[in-house]
Amino acid sequence: MRRALSFGLPLATFAVIAAAWEAVVNYGGFPPKLVPGLGTIAEAFVRLAGNGILLQAALATLYRLGAGFLIAAVIGVVVGIAMGRRQWVEDTLLPIVTFLYPIPGLAYAPLFVLWFGLGDFPTILLVGVASSFTVIINTWKGVKAVKPIWLRAAEVMGARDRDMFRRVVLPGALPYILIGLRLGLAQAWRILIAVEMLMSVQRGLGWLIFGAQTFLNTDVMLATIAVIGAIGMVLEREVFARIERYTIVRWGMVAA
Amino acid sequence: MKRGFSWVAFARGVAGVLAVVAIWQGFALSGMFSTAMTPPIGSIGATMWGMMADGSLFINAFATLVRVFIGLAISFSIAIPLGVLMARYWVAERIFMPVLSVLLPIPSLAWVPLFILWLGIGDTATILVVVYASAFPLVYAVWTGVRAVNPLWLRAAIVMGADEATLFRKVIWPGALPYIITGLRLAFGRAWIGVIGGELLASPKLGLGEIIFNAAEFLNAGIMLSTLIAIGVIGVFFERFVFQTLEAVTVRRWGMVAGEGR
Repeated sequence: MRRALSFGLPLATFAVIAAAWEAVVNYGGFPPKLVPGLGTIAEAFVRLAGNGILLQAALATLYRLGAGFLIAAVIGVVVGIAMGRRQWVEDTLLPIVTFLYPIPGLAYAPLFVLWFGLGDFPTILLVGVASSFTVIINTWKGVKAVKPIWLRAAEVMGARDRDMFRRVVLPGALPYILIGLRLGLAQAWRILIAVEMLMSVQRGLGWLIFGAQTFLNTDVMLATIAVIGAIGMVLEREVFARIERYTIVRWGMVAA
Repeated sequence: MKRGFSWVAFARGVAGVLAVVAIWQGFALSGMFSTAMTPPIGSIGATMWGMMADGSLFINAFATLVRVFIGLAISFSIAIPLGVLMARYWVAERIFMPVLSVLLPIPSLAWVPLFILWLGIGDTATILVVVYASAFPLVYAVWTGVRAVNPLWLRAAIVMGADEATLFRKVIWPGALPYIITGLRLAFGRAWIGVIGGELLASPKLGLGEIIFNAAEFLNAGIMLSTLIAIGVIGVFFERFVFQTLEAVTVRRWGMVAGEGR
């Protein structure tokens, strides 16, 4: 009974939402151009998937995400570890990082357009810089959270600086670093979609939504939003859950 | 854990900020770019002063904050009943969880063009973005918080004859509060990003995002940088002072420790 419910209830919810949507479309009195039926949305999806536009847009967006995230990961981990290991670096950089961290990355977008023009390069740079702060903060906290007793034990047993870093500090801080990278990727993803709307890049999921708005193609917009949601879910569940399973869970640092 | 105040650390912090300022100034005066694009510090200061003197900075910041708080209030009034229901009744969890996990990974700003078509440009679309951005962390916080209330407390209270209302007010609410406040902090962060993005894209009449967007049309980097600084100051103010104080006043006073939030 419970198992049947646990499977059936979500299905029932989606069925009710779908029926409500259709009812609004058919009897709500809204123009169908603005509130398309589920069939129309599915058709738009099939059309866009069939002629390759959706795939091209998704690949362009994922390429920017990958490049931007790489920048964020490198800056974030290097700066974060430096801040965690050296007191003077922490003292010098912490006020700046603390101030810049809560500024939404998107707010820089018009400034970046002014400085670097439109297109791919400023988009990637902006996404990278904006999401690096989350990685910096988490990495720094992680290095700080390494138990002093481990450090002292390793020291007593004669670990050199390199070994100490590779065998104690890095594994000890890794749970936090991974959280930082995960949050950084999620943030990069959220910013990127909006930045694509502002930076008028060529192709991309954000661009697809923004372009479709001009022609009142709400079916295309909703189909693209669904794709964005699906990619976001895969990024969160598959990519990072897997990395965690192979590293920190295997090392027994957190429960699976 | 926390170190006391240290003059050395303070001096290093000041040195770091001064270094950034000096590098910027060198860059601005080097003539590599026009000063419209990289204005020197003095002219940013003058712009900022001008925006404060004629009150435009405050009016726009106020408009942005009003949107954030209306949005947060709506989110809050959705999240409390929904989160409590989901935590206390298994059926409710099964019904709403799938919907939330489908909507959660969609960035709130992806909806903006659609919201604009449906609701027109301006306030309503922007506030809806704030609601969308902030509702998920809140629902999740309430849900986790209520589930984390020690069942022993619940049974003890029931045995002592607490009715549903008392149970909620005296046991569940205080027990879940550390999580809810952490969630509120997270929700504010999301709302802050959402509102600036919404203002950039949905162009309401006033707002900090709107200033930046307008300044871009006139290639006025001074105004953009001054507004960015204002956005940073307000963000730090809420993150550091408002929410940390809230945490300190409510949670610690009741002797409960907040879970480490993300």
